[in-house]
Amino acid sequence: MSTEATAKATTLDRDHGLRLLREMLRIRRFEERAAEQYSLAKIRGFLHLYIGEEAVAVGVMQALTPNDAVVATYREHGHALARGLPASSLMAEMFGKASGCSRGRGGSMHFFDVSRRFYGGYAIVGGGLPIAVGLALADAMQGRRRVSACFFGEGAVAEGEFHESLNLAALWKLPVLFLCENNLYAMGTPIVQELAVTDIAARARSYGIPAHAVDGMDVLEVEAAARRAADEVRETGEPRFLELRTYRFRAHSMADPDLYRTKEEIERWKRRDPIVLFEERLRAAELISDGDLEELEAAVAAELDEAIAFADAAPIEPVEDLLKDVTTPRSP
Amino acid sequence: MPELTYREAVRDALRKALREDERVFLMGEDIAEMGGSMAVTQGLLEEFGPQRVRNTPISEMAIVGSGIGAAIQGMRPVVEIMYEDFLTLSMEQLVNQAAKHRTMSGGQVRVPLTVRTQGGAGWSPGAQHAQQLEAWFVHVPGLKVVFASTPEDVRGLLWSSIYDDNPVLFFEHRTLYPIKGEVPEELEPIPLGKARVHREGEDVTVVATGRLVHEALRAAEEAERDGVSVEVVDPRTLLPLDEETIIASVRKTTRCVTAHEAVTRGGFGAELAAVIQHGAFDWLDAPIERVGAKFAPLPFAPVMEQYVVPHAEDVYEAIRRTVARG
Repeated sequence: MSTEATAKATTLDRDHGLRLLREMLRIRRFEERAAEQYSLAKIRGFLHLYIGEEAVAVGVMQALTPNDAVVATYREHGHALARGLPASSLMAEMFGKASGCSRGRGGSMHFFDVSRRFYGGYAIVGGGLPIAVGLALADAMQGRRRVSACFFGEGAVAEGEFHESLNLAALWKLPVLFLCENNLYAMGTPIVQELAVTDIAARARSYGIPAHAVDGMDVLEVEAAARRAADEVRETGEPRFLELRTYRFRAHSMADPDLYRTKEEIERWKRRDPIVLFEERLRAAELISDGDLEELEAAVAAELDEAIAFADAAPIEPVEDLLKDVTTPRSP
Repeated sequence: MPELTYREAVRDALRKALREDERVFLMGEDIAEMGGSMAVTQGLLEEFGPQRVRNTPISEMAIVGSGIGAAIQGMRPVVEIMYEDFLTLSMEQLVNQAAKHRTMSGGQVRVPLTVRTQGGAGWSPGAQHAQQLEAWFVHVPGLKVVFASTPEDVRGLLWSSIYDDNPVLFFEHRTLYPIKGEVPEELEPIPLGKARVHREGEDVTVVATGRLVHEALRAAEEAERDGVSVEVVDPRTLLPLDEETIIASVRKTTRCVTAHEAVTRGGFGAELAAVIQHGAFDWLDAPIERVGAKFAPLPFAPVMEQYVVPHAEDVYEAIRRTVARG
């Protein structure tokens, strides 16, 4: 733990602490409930759980304003929840219902909510990066000072889109906040089998983009780093890069038997569970009590019960509507 | 009516859009100082400056992807992919992203992006600088595909593409840039999805695209001398396709030839043939003939290249075959 983060923790107030804890807990429990719904076959297709990585999405979102844009990955439930998309609209989306955030057309990997400037989960590794650069390009050309925050995994670092996007954002000085969630595995391939240079921040710096590696299991460190980086993007109009070192506790997807890592490794990382770590810190600082935790858990459970009930009851779009929105009708 | 070259007509549409609409900007490789590898954008940097006429690195995925992002954000970007062959490098963004955003966002996002590109043989550029790949994109729901063959069409269709709220693949043909043609004094938008009947006829319909429209018109003149009356239709927009005009023409003539420069196998002519046999089966008096390139990568050797791609004679021979069926 860095001294800086320690200092911040000691000045952390109860409201903010509870807020961070609640947001992480919402994601954790949402994902657990999603896995249950998957086993009940109410959710089909893909399901990629964010469990273990909650501190990244929650920490980063503290640094963004409603005017900023978010581009995420196919493991984006956490980003969407932390961004403020209602759990009910996400659950309904995964149930394939018309009340889902993408009207059931997107699914688990393609959450969209333009009203919250949440521009998608992207199911092609690296596919969101050039698009985030374009969002930032439009802002730069139209003279708006805001951030386009782009999440991707370390697996994307091996994609050409990563390099083309970093180069273009640096070359044209575009306000993109690149957020690499390094969970050490590109699906089942460990980072050492995938990247010749595993220091990802160094690769970003090679494009002239200021970059830092951050402990992604420490929500306060993530928040502090994200605030600094986002402020710099806003002030300079230029890109910044964070490598957020994290770990996913669950398999890559529901179909992954997780044969490529040892139980010991997973257990070791679970000792750094971002929620447990933060909870301990809040307790140590005497900012929360057992009663607070029970209340949080109960409130989250109620929210998720409601989300599932909403998704169950939500209507299915009639198949006759298929061709609606394949293309956009010409604007008047 | 004033006369413009096909190249000038493209530039004219771009210039007018840049003048009238702050949301429009151009980006692509060498489009600024150089004015584009085909000199289409010459003079635009001087008039509109480097913010709106942007030279890009050689990064086709980033060019298209950042165009998508800017389009989502309210701009109307016109990006140039220098050669159609280089579209292969941007396929991820075109096929997975641009085409899918509308659907996978449940209709929340629109992508008014125009991707201009060019290709075509006839000057020995070899295997990697002259392919005709338009048919690939007709296979992708969510895109629109335009292939203009005359100065008037290229100008009016480019305008409509820029102002369409969907991603449009806009194909230009390398060898058509110098051709001249009359255009209206004021730019007249040409709606996407409307075919053009270039020449009316009674006996055979040739549905042709790009350079082959001109080859088909030459073939039609030749056939006329034999007493065969040929109608030449250019769909102009391949997606969406003006099936009505094409089917009506074939129902009238009862015979049909499709013609494009792309290889015949799996080419747009196959889609046309399928549409036509379904819509005009009871009217057809002969099998539909397809004219296209031989199934080989483009060879460099000029004589060999000329052998591979179709010409007016090939269209003429195909017309003869359809009338020979009696």
